[in-house]
Amino acid sequence: MARETEPGLLSTSPASVRGAAYDALKRQAVGLKRFARSKPMGAAGLVVVVLIVLAAIFAPVVSPYDPYESNLNENGLPVRLEGPGASFPLGTDALGRDVLSRIIYGARISLIVGLGAVGLGTLFGALVGLVSGYFVGKVDQVLQRVVDTLMAIPAIVLALAVITMLEPGLFNIILVIAIVIAPGTSRVVRGTVLAIKENVYIEAARSIGAGGTRIVFRHILPNVVAPIIVIASIWVGNAIVIEAALSYLGLGTPPPTPTWGGMLALEGRRHLENAPWLALAPGAAISIAVLSVNMLGDALRDVLDPRLRNR
Amino acid sequence: MRYYVLQRVFLAILVLWLVHLLVFSMVRAFPGDVVMMRLAQDATMTRESYERARQELGIDRPFFVQYGETMGDLFRGDLGDSLLSGRPVKDELGDRVWLTLHLAIMSLIIALLIAIPIGVISAIRQDTPADYGGRFFSILGLSLPDFWTGVVAILIMSLWFHWLPPRGFEEIWVDPVKVFQQLGIPALIIGFRFSAIIMRMTRSSMLEVLREDYIRTAWSKGLSEQRVIVGHALKNSFIPVITLVGQQFSILLGGTVIIETIFLLPGVGNMTLDAVIFRDYTLVQGAVIFFGGIMVVMNLLVDISYAWFDPRIRYG
Repeated sequence: MARETEPGLLSTSPASVRGAAYDALKRQAVGLKRFARSKPMGAAGLVVVVLIVLAAIFAPVVSPYDPYESNLNENGLPVRLEGPGASFPLGTDALGRDVLSRIIYGARISLIVGLGAVGLGTLFGALVGLVSGYFVGKVDQVLQRVVDTLMAIPAIVLALAVITMLEPGLFNIILVIAIVIAPGTSRVVRGTVLAIKENVYIEAARSIGAGGTRIVFRHILPNVVAPIIVIASIWVGNAIVIEAALSYLGLGTPPPTPTWGGMLALEGRRHLENAPWLALAPGAAISIAVLSVNMLGDALRDVLDPRLRNR
Repeated sequence: MRYYVLQRVFLAILVLWLVHLLVFSMVRAFPGDVVMMRLAQDATMTRESYERARQELGIDRPFFVQYGETMGDLFRGDLGDSLLSGRPVKDELGDRVWLTLHLAIMSLIIALLIAIPIGVISAIRQDTPADYGGRFFSILGLSLPDFWTGVVAILIMSLWFHWLPPRGFEEIWVDPVKVFQQLGIPALIIGFRFSAIIMRMTRSSMLEVLREDYIRTAWSKGLSEQRVIVGHALKNSFIPVITLVGQQFSILLGGTVIIETIFLLPGVGNMTLDAVIFRDYTLVQGAVIFFGGIMVVMNLLVDISYAWFDPRIRYG
C-alpha cells in the first residue's frame, strides 16, 4: 500500500530544496567545527590531506613546470642539480627537471595507490571477515588458516614475492598492497561480527525467517562499518609507505612517471652527497602525507570507536 | 598447560607448512622465470638452450612432481639449490641468518627500551604535555618511513661525520664492538619505527589497567606510585602489548629487508631482494620460509608467555 505523505513534506519547490541543502551544509559545517575543536590534531591532519588531494587533482594547474621536461638555461643547456632557490623552490634533478613539480605529480601515484589498495584490500578483507565470522565452522577454519599464513609473511616480503611475478604497473601495485592489507582487515571484521552475532536483534531477525545473506548485509554489515573505516584509515598511511618502499626498491611504477619512492631511490641516492635535496624533498613529502593521514586516522578512530574515547 | 602448548606447536607447524605451500605455488603460478631473466642478459641464448636450461633446473616438470620432490627434500632438511648461484639454499641462508637475527633482536630491544617507559609515562600522566609529547613521538615514528630515515642517516654519517660503518659481518660473541658499529644505527632506525607501535599499545593498555579496582585498592592501601605502577599495573598491562609485539613483528622483519638493502648489509633481507629480482624460486622460497619461520616461532613464544603473564591461562 502506498504510504501517504503530508503535503509539503516531499514537495520539490526550488526554495525548499535550497533550504534543505543549506541546512545540510550548515549541519556539516557545525559537525566539522566540533571535530576541529575536540580533535585539533585530527583537524590539522584533515587540512593537510585535503591540500594534498587538491594539489594532486589540480597538478597541471599548481605545478610550476612540466614534471617530465628538462628546464633549459639561456645557453640551451639543462639546469642540472640546481639547489633550491627562487626559480626552482625545491631545486632540480640531474636532468634539469623541477623537483617541486615532480613531487606534486608524485602525489597522484601515492594517493591513487594508497586509496585504491586500501579500498580493494578492505573490500576483500571485509567480505572474508563477514563470511568467516558469520558462518563459523569449517569455512571459518579454512579461511582463518589462509589468513594466518598470509599474516605470517612480512608485508614487504609478501609484496616483493608477488610483485616480481607480475608485470610492474600501477594496477598490479595496488593489487599487491591490497593482498597485504586484506588479512588484517578480515581479522578485525571477523572479531566484530562474532561479537555482534550474539545480539538479540540478530536472533530476532533469524526468528522471523531472515536468510543468512540478508542478516549479514542488512543487520551485521551496518554495524561493522565503523571498525572498517577505522582500520582502513590506519592502512592508508601504511599503503603509501609500502608503495614508496616498492618504488624505492625499483619495483614500483616504472620511470619516467614521478613517484616519491622512485625519486628518493633513483635521483636521491645517486646524488646524495652533491644534491641532498633530491633525497630530502620526496622523503619529506612521504612523511608529511603519512603523518597527516595518521593524525586524521587517529582522530577518526576516537570519534568512531567510543570505547577508545578519552584514552 | 601441556595441552595448550602442544596445541600451539601443532598450529605453528601447520601455518609454516601452509606458508611453504603458498610460496611454492605462487612462484610457479606467475609468468617469468630465472631462465628468462638469464635470457635477458645473454644474447646468444636460443629457444633450445632455454628449454635445456629449464630441464637442467627441473622447473619444466609438472607442479605436483616438483612439489613432491621439494617436500621429500624438506623432510631431509634440504631446501634445494639456488637456481642462480647453484649453491644449496641452506648455505646461502646460513651465511646471512646471523646478521639478520642480530639486527632483528637489537631492534626489538631498542624498541622495547624506548616504547615501554614512554608508554607508561604517557598513561600515568594522561593529558599532560608529557602525554602529548609521547603521543606525537609515536605518530611521528609511524610516519617516517625507514628507507628515508636510513638514507638521511647515511647522509649525516658520511657527509658530516665522514664515517661509514665497517664492512664484513662478525657475530657479537666474536667482535661485539664491530657489531655495534655496524648494526647500531640500522637497529636504531628499525627500533624507533617499531617502538611507535608498541608505545601506543602500552599506553592504552596501561590506562585500562589503571582503572581497575585492584589498582584503586593498591592506592588506598597507601602504596607509593612506584609500587602501584611497577608492582601491580605493569605486569597486568603486558598481555596486549606482547600480543601486539608478536603480531606486528613482521613490520620489524620487513624493516630489516629495507634497511639491509640501504646499508648494504649482507643479511637475509638483502638476499631476498636479489632473489626476487632474479626470480630465483628456491632462494625466494627459502627466504620466505625463514621469515615465516621467525614469525611462527615468535607467535609461539608469545602464546606460551601468556601463561607466564596470566596464571589463569597456566592453570586453565
